[in-house]
Amino acid sequence: MALSLKQRSVLPGFGLTMGFTLLYLSLIVLIPLSATFLKTATMSWGQFWSTVTEPRALASYRLSFGASLIGAAINMVFGMLAAWVLVRYSFPGKRVVDAMVDLPFALPTAVAGITLTAVFARSGWIGSYLEPLGIKVAFTPLGVVVALTFIGLPFVVRTVQPVLQDLDAEIEEAAASLGASRWQTVTRVILPALLPALLTGFALAFARAVGEYGSVIFISGNMPMRTEITPLLIVTKLEQYDYAGATAIGVVMLVMSFALLFIINLLQWWSRRRYA
Amino acid sequence: MPLKRLICFLTVGALIAGPAFPALAKEITLLNVSYDPTRELYQEFNAAFAKHWQVKTGEKVTIRQSHGGSSKQARAVIDGLEADVVTLALAYDIDAIAEKAKLLPKNWQARLPHSSAPYTSTIAFLVRKGNPKGIKDWDDLVKPGVSVITPNPKTSGSARWNYLGAWGYALLKSGRDEAKARGFVTQLYKNVPVLDSGARGATTTFVERGIGDVLINWENEILLGGKELGKDKFDIVVPPTSILAEPTVSLVDKVVDKRGTRAVAQAYLEYLYSPEGQEIAAKHYYRPVDRKTAAKYAAQFPKVKLFTLGEIVGDWQKTNKVHFADGGVFDQIYQPGR
Repeated sequence: MALSLKQRSVLPGFGLTMGFTLLYLSLIVLIPLSATFLKTATMSWGQFWSTVTEPRALASYRLSFGASLIGAAINMVFGMLAAWVLVRYSFPGKRVVDAMVDLPFALPTAVAGITLTAVFARSGWIGSYLEPLGIKVAFTPLGVVVALTFIGLPFVVRTVQPVLQDLDAEIEEAAASLGASRWQTVTRVILPALLPALLTGFALAFARAVGEYGSVIFISGNMPMRTEITPLLIVTKLEQYDYAGATAIGVVMLVMSFALLFIINLLQWWSRRRYA
Repeated sequence: MPLKRLICFLTVGALIAGPAFPALAKEITLLNVSYDPTRELYQEFNAAFAKHWQVKTGEKVTIRQSHGGSSKQARAVIDGLEADVVTLALAYDIDAIAEKAKLLPKNWQARLPHSSAPYTSTIAFLVRKGNPKGIKDWDDLVKPGVSVITPNPKTSGSARWNYLGAWGYALLKSGRDEAKARGFVTQLYKNVPVLDSGARGATTTFVERGIGDVLINWENEILLGGKELGKDKFDIVVPPTSILAEPTVSLVDKVVDKRGTRAVAQAYLEYLYSPEGQEIAAKHYYRPVDRKTAAKYAAQFPKVKLFTLGEIVGDWQKTNKVHFADGGVFDQIYQPGR
C-alpha cells in the first residue's frame, strides 16, 4: 500500500516524511496524552465518576468552558473588526497597532494576569471607575472572561487577516455595482468567505482559553464553586498528591475540548462546502 | 576531511577535559529543597555551615537551595528532584515523600530532636496602619465587614497552619466543641474574598493590591515584613493564643546514599540545632528551640500562648483526612446548601 502510494506520488520521500510525522506526533502528543489516560485507569469507574462529577468540579467546568466560549466569541467579533481595519485601511501607526496584536502571544501569562489584576482591582486604573458603578471585574467570573479574551485575541486576528488580504476589494466593488447594499455586501459576500477562517480563529482562541492557567489564577480570586477554573482544580489535586484525581479531571477536559473542537471543525467543513 | 578533524578535535578535547572532571567532583554539593519564606534564612545558614564544615573536615561544600510552595517542592522530590535534605513547612509534606516515593523511612521525624523541627514559628496577623478595624484576636476575624486574606489550605502549607490556628482557637475556647469550631472557620472563610494559591501570592494581594483588612501569615514573615515594608503602612498584631507551627527537616536517605553525601547532609541538619544555627534562625525571626538562644532573643518574639497540632486534632495524617482532603471540613465550607 505504502509502496504503491510512493510510486504514484510526484513528490518523493513519502515514507520518510510520514514515518517522521508519526514518530513526532507520538513522542510529542500521543505518549504524554496516553500517560494521562493510563494514570486515570488506576481508578475504578465509580471513583472516576464521583471525582469528575463532584459539585466543585462541575462548577469549574461551567466556568472554564463558559468563560472560554464567551471570550472566544468576543474575540471573533472584535478580532474580525481589528483584522478588517488592519487590512483595508491605511493610517499612521498601522504597523505599531499590527505588532500590538501579537503582544498577548509574547507576554508571559503570569505577567498578563498580574497586570490585568492590577488594572481591574478596586484600587486599579479601570477598577476604581467601575467599582462605583457596581461592576466588579477582578476576583469575579467577569475577570476570568477578561483574561481569557485578552490571551485569545491574536488567534482570531492572525487567522482572519491573510484571508481578508486575499479577498480582493474588487469583489466588494462588484457586489456594489450589481446593486447590493453595504449591509448585503458584508453579510452575503464577505462574511461567507471569511467564515472558515473565523471558525478556525474561534477554535484556536477557545482551545487556548480552556487550558489557560497563568493569567487567570491572578484575576479570578480562586474561590471554590464561584471562580475556580478547571486547570486550577487539577493543580489543587496535585498539591494534595492526588495524581489519579488530577488526571481524571484532565481526561474530562481533554474529551470535552476534543468534542467541541471536533464540532467546530465540522461546522468549518460545512461552511466551506456551502460557500466554496 | 572536516569530519575527521572534528572527531580528532573532540578526542583531544575529551583527553584534556577528562581528568579535570574528577577534580571537580571532589567538591561536595548538597541540594536543600525548602519552602518559600526560608530563602534568606538558608542563605545565611549555608554560608555559615560551609565555613564550619571546612574548618572541621577541610572539605569544601556548596549548598544549593530550591524554594517554592511546600507541597509543590515535596512533589518535585517525589517526581525525582535529587534533594539531599528537605526543609519543608509541615511534616505532612515530608510524610508524603516517605509514603509515595519511599525515599526515606516512615519514622523520619523521630531521628532528630524536637520531632525534627529545629525552629518553630506561629501564626500572626498583619493589619493596615492604625488598625482601623480594631483586630486583636481570632474572634475579630469573623466579624461582619472584616475582609481576611489567607491562601488556599489545599495548595499552601502556611495556609494550613492559618486554618488550624483558627480551628484550634475556636475549639479550645468552646471547650472542645467541634460544631462551634466548624462554625467559626466557616464564618472566617466567608470573610475571605480571594484564595491565593500560596503565601507569597496572598502577601502580594494584601500589600500591593491593597485588598483586605488583615493578612494571616507566618509570624516570621510578618515580623520580617513589618521591618522591610516600612512601619508606616502596616501594624503587626499577634493574637494572645495561636498555634505552634513546626516546620520540619529531614535527610532524603535514598538520595544521600546514592550520592554519598550522608555524612555531610546529616551534619548540615545537626548544625541547625547548634548554637550558631539557632542564632541564625532567631535572627530571621524563627523561634529557636534551644533554650539559651530563645532566652537571648526573647524580647524579639511577642508572648503567645501556643497550642500544638496534637492538642487540637492529632497527627498530620488525621488532620489532612478530616480537614483538607476532598470532602473534608474545608471543602464543606464551600459546598452549597449543605
